[in-house]
Amino acid sequence: MSLSKIKFDKKIILSFWIILIALIIAAPTLLPVFRLNLLGRYLSLSIVALGVDLIWGYTGLLSLGQGIFFALGGYCAAMYLQITSSSEFPNNIPEFFALYGVEKLPFFWEPFKSPVFTFLAIWIIPALVAGLIGFLVFRNRIKGVYFSILTQASLLVFFNFFNGQQKLINGTNGLKTDVTQLFGQMVGSEFMQRIFFWITALLVIAAWFFAKWVVKGRFGNILIGIRDDEPRVRFTGYNPVIFKTIIFSIAGGLAGISGALYTVQSGIVSPQFMTVPFSIEMVIWVAVGGRGTLLGAILGAVFINYAKSLVSEALPASWMFIQGGLFILVVTALPEGVLGWIQGDGPRNLLQKFGLKRKIETYPSLEVKNKEGNNE
Amino acid sequence: MELLLDSLFNGVAIGSVLLVAALGLAIVFGLMGVINLAHGELMMLGAYTTYVTQLIFKLPILKPFYNSYIIVSIFLAFIVSGVVGILLEKTIIRKLYGSPLETLLATWGVSLILQQFVRSVPLAYGTGLVISLLIGLFLPTTFPSKIKESINFKYFKFSSWIFAALTGVLTGSVISSSVSKLSRASARNVDVTAPSWMRGQVEIIGTAFPKTRLMIIVITLISVIAITLFLNQSAWGMRIRAVTQNRQMSDCLGISTEKVDIITFGIGSGLAGVAGVAVSLLGSVGPNVGGNYIVGCFMVVVLGGVGNLLGTVLASFGIGIMTDLIGAGRLLSIWPNMPLPLSNTINFFATTSMARVMIFALIVIFLQFKPTGLFPQKGRMVEN
Repeated sequence: MSLSKIKFDKKIILSFWIILIALIIAAPTLLPVFRLNLLGRYLSLSIVALGVDLIWGYTGLLSLGQGIFFALGGYCAAMYLQITSSSEFPNNIPEFFALYGVEKLPFFWEPFKSPVFTFLAIWIIPALVAGLIGFLVFRNRIKGVYFSILTQASLLVFFNFFNGQQKLINGTNGLKTDVTQLFGQMVGSEFMQRIFFWITALLVIAAWFFAKWVVKGRFGNILIGIRDDEPRVRFTGYNPVIFKTIIFSIAGGLAGISGALYTVQSGIVSPQFMTVPFSIEMVIWVAVGGRGTLLGAILGAVFINYAKSLVSEALPASWMFIQGGLFILVVTALPEGVLGWIQGDGPRNLLQKFGLKRKIETYPSLEVKNKEGNNE
Repeated sequence: MELLLDSLFNGVAIGSVLLVAALGLAIVFGLMGVINLAHGELMMLGAYTTYVTQLIFKLPILKPFYNSYIIVSIFLAFIVSGVVGILLEKTIIRKLYGSPLETLLATWGVSLILQQFVRSVPLAYGTGLVISLLIGLFLPTTFPSKIKESINFKYFKFSSWIFAALTGVLTGSVISSSVSKLSRASARNVDVTAPSWMRGQVEIIGTAFPKTRLMIIVITLISVIAITLFLNQSAWGMRIRAVTQNRQMSDCLGISTEKVDIITFGIGSGLAGVAGVAVSLLGSVGPNVGGNYIVGCFMVVVLGGVGNLLGTVLASFGIGIMTDLIGAGRLLSIWPNMPLPLSNTINFFATTSMARVMIFALIVIFLQFKPTGLFPQKGRMVEN
């Protein structure tokens, strides 16, 4: 009996959920605020990992530019927070503008005065940008590595743009959020961080269900079809461009939400979110966790980031080696990732390698006989 | 006129760095459909090779030849990066043949490891390691086949690797004891100083050109000519072109595609090393030096299309000239009284980083009309 069948046992699923919910409720009281904050950040990163899994694991589009949408979401949240807490500064605009002699709020900041607009912008703006980039690229049937390096180039372009525009969005310094106010509370305070943790945990679960819903049914089948044989999907009468654009902008929207949550918990959004290594890291979370398994993406994001912070605290120089090795290892030896390996025949084959006999699937009556003591 | 010449020269100079860096990438991509994200780090290795060569040439024995170190380092950089590339192909890329996205990720892992390697391993021992790799890979192939047949070749290979390792350790310790700058690991950037005959400027038609830039253009020119000759005149070049056009058919006709892959990847990586020499002449050399150029190289490959060197050449000079025109705000000085909104827009993009934004936008627009680059490969297949 393979483990994948055990996985879908109802009792196990139920107890898994109970433990999970208990942990989420208990975490803010059990963990010190520093660790809680780290966990919250990693959980928020798992939302962007879900998006990567949707486009790479299910649709076969390797985007190396998810950092764009992640940062856009972060900037949307940070702009709102900066504006709402700028009433005591000169001209009623955020403090940093004074450094560059800007007296009038740039026009695109105006709508961010409204919380409703911001709430929508956090996921709609990244989704729209992703949809636009995706449409322009997919329309020409650009795919494979071409798509990957084009997304990487657009990442660099956005990085250059945000990095260079001091007068518009504080350039390379980024926007701070930890000293801003949200509904009368300091964003960086312990109380708010706990709230953000709960919000993040809830949204991770919501995003997970959403992603499950997306890949279920016909839509999901078409995505997998595109991954496995795009021309055949096209010849069958579907237009892959539409499906690819939709899934790419869904992933963009998820990245935006993730970026906003990450920003409020780390206290700053800066163009560093759009560096090339960070976006490729997102791919490795999914690859290690198991591409094509949504849970794998979440677990991969949390555990790899946790490992990263542990290793970086102990041996700062070795993380690059480990990460590099992880990239090579996971694509050469473990292409389905850890969860994919477990759900497949991985553990059984491993046991077999060590000389332990493979359990034969056979008629139930025979198995019962074996259990009763008739040694083989 | 002077302005135009100046602008053209700057553009060609930027473009020639891009060209020599992208040349190897384009050939490998054309042949194997693989984008090597470690290409920038192979450039970095080339740049560090230049630095090490320079320091070794300062030793008393080699001091009289100091001025020629840059020429030597071009060949050394080609060999060093080429060997690392061949090793990369043999160990990782070959296993991932047919899955380009996985290769992309694996080579990214390699690039992280290489970056951290130059940070945390002293350069002297790094040199030793490269030398032992070189000997270990090539010593067994140099013996005549009679010997290979008479002795069990497995043991022979093994002992040659031991010999290689010993030589590597020996050279490493000799270098580290004689050149103090190389004996400690450091993450700091290092500087390559050009030899005296390359400093200063040359005056052509009333305009002064820095000699290092001219040198880079010359290096690029020689590399392009050499590669063109190799691809078009030699037997292996013909095989490479054949495999690029149709892998299965070439395989059926008896071309060893494995060997073709190794040779091409070695040459492509070696060219990255040569690009590293050029880059080391432009600024200081650090572990991240490759990353600054790599995306530009990708754009050249995307714009130029695969399987045609002319596309690569045109694309890199095009990007180079556009970068200079937009980034340095030269359009304004060429056309001083343009309408205000236009000149405002151009001013907005008149920095090096904003020029990249503009050029990327232009490339995306270009791809809307020619999705497979300047010179697309002809074919009737649905998928290639």
